[in-house]
Amino acid sequence: MTAATATLAANAKPVRRKGFEPAVLGLVAPALLPVLVLSVAPLLYGIYLGFTDARAGRNMPVHVTGFANYVELFGDADFWGSFRIGLVWAVGVTVLQFAAALGLALLLNQKLRGRWLARTLTLVPWAMPPVVVGLMWRLVYHPQAGILNSTLKDLHLISSNVDWLNSFTLALPAVIAVGVWAGMPQTTITLLAGLQAVPGELTEAATVDGASTWQRFRAVTWPALRPVVTAITALDFIWNINQFGLVYVLTQGGPGGQTRLPMLFAYEEAFRYGFFGYAASLGVAIVLVVLVVLAFYLRRMLKEAV
Amino acid sequence: MSTARRGGVGTPLKYLALLGYLVFLAFPLAWLASTALKTPREMASLDPTWIPRHPTLANFAEAFREQNLTQSAGNSLLVALTAAVLTVLLALPAAYALVRFRSVLNKLALAWVLVSQVFPFILVIIPLFMILKQLDLVNTRGGLILVYLTFNLPFALWMLQGYVRGVPKELEEAASVDGAGRLRVLRTVVAPLLAPGVVATFLFAFISSWNEFMFALVLLKDPDLATLPLTLVRFTGADGVARLGPLAAAALLATIPSLALFAVIQRRLTAGLLAGAVKG
Repeated sequence: MTAATATLAANAKPVRRKGFEPAVLGLVAPALLPVLVLSVAPLLYGIYLGFTDARAGRNMPVHVTGFANYVELFGDADFWGSFRIGLVWAVGVTVLQFAAALGLALLLNQKLRGRWLARTLTLVPWAMPPVVVGLMWRLVYHPQAGILNSTLKDLHLISSNVDWLNSFTLALPAVIAVGVWAGMPQTTITLLAGLQAVPGELTEAATVDGASTWQRFRAVTWPALRPVVTAITALDFIWNINQFGLVYVLTQGGPGGQTRLPMLFAYEEAFRYGFFGYAASLGVAIVLVVLVVLAFYLRRMLKEAV
Repeated sequence: MSTARRGGVGTPLKYLALLGYLVFLAFPLAWLASTALKTPREMASLDPTWIPRHPTLANFAEAFREQNLTQSAGNSLLVALTAAVLTVLLALPAAYALVRFRSVLNKLALAWVLVSQVFPFILVIIPLFMILKQLDLVNTRGGLILVYLTFNLPFALWMLQGYVRGVPKELEEAASVDGAGRLRVLRTVVAPLLAPGVVATFLFAFISSWNEFMFALVLLKDPDLATLPLTLVRFTGADGVARLGPLAAAALLATIPSLALFAVIQRRLTAGLLAGAVKG
């Protein structure tokens, strides 16, 4: 320990010059201070709140209650319902989006006419305010004025209008479809980047050896793409399980809580009912779940790669 | 790629697949535009068609006449502009210092960008709400600006560092050997080279502040202070058919700034993602 510190100090010496450190600190501090005060500190404080009975309102006394919130969470049927919906949503969106984005990325990686248009369109959802994405899809799903019902009726697939976002069975799938659409840019562009890094000589060698398209994909492309796949699916899962704005705009968690993702549940607990401590404990629980899922997932992906 | 040159087998299928993707990506956007161009009477006819029968710009005019919409657009502009200016002002010197005088802070900043991705917003927003309440900054535009600044900073730092690294140190040294003072070197040599990076960072900060919804929802209660996303969500009678046209028009108008600015920095953002993905 001391040896390590000594080496560090020795290494640091040549760089250090007189009057140098304060200058750096002066330049860096203005940027660091807001981040520390308004994001690092709140995060730590939020974790602490998860172990208290904090409520909304000024001058409410706060008591440390240990694991009481977590015991309550464990017995809360509403939480488990929301948790189940959150998992279905996060896994559903991540998997479907990956499949869709991989197909699109493979197409964009080839010299097809019109791919510039697909590339541009792929990026559009990235720039749109999430609220506008939600409102736009509400127009698509609108029971009377929406294009979806009108098209399905023209194709004679349905005989009367479906109220997609207010249906107990259809609301969650409908919302998942929007989630897939909204997240296409990041996933597609990342996978496309991965594909472009696959050495062309390898693919050509495989072709010369008489490998079919599918064999080439299995033997050359997929192994090279694997790290990128692992990274983007893991990130997508995290983003999706923490999703809030898009679904809030689409359904507010309805009908009857059928699309109430964990963060919508936590938002209601905190800002409608004022249970700050309880909502924070829910946040901590989700972090733990994410970490456990990631640990298993990453381990499996790494094992398979060997 | 070799497959493309050979063409032939499977190509029609590929075009069919590409067409499918184009439809999936474009149809909600086209429907938004179509709705924005329809008259209230057509909306009420309950027989929706792709092409408006009597296309009209009246919905856009109506969106501009809605007093709370224009007021919110003003609020959004004020908040996003101020947050973006402050982000660049604070991030630029910090990014420069972090790159030129290497330190652990460098790695910490990047680590924070990653960590902040994993944490659910509820863990940050409750304490943040309590802190801002103590400071009497809840339900003020200043409080929201402060929050946006904070959440823009890590990414801005990371982005700007890339640009600072692109300015050769030798260039600065050569200028100072020629007798220019440090400030003058910064102003005449470094600043012009960093300008594109500063513009990109500024636009990025502006877009994310302009689009943001969660923090605004929690922090702003007064309708007079609401930002555009908030007002769009609360647009009265949004579920009735009659007001859907103006809502669609307003939603389109609200998207234009982000979309236009995104087009400017799109290449840089995707290039960054590409580089990151390849390294990973």
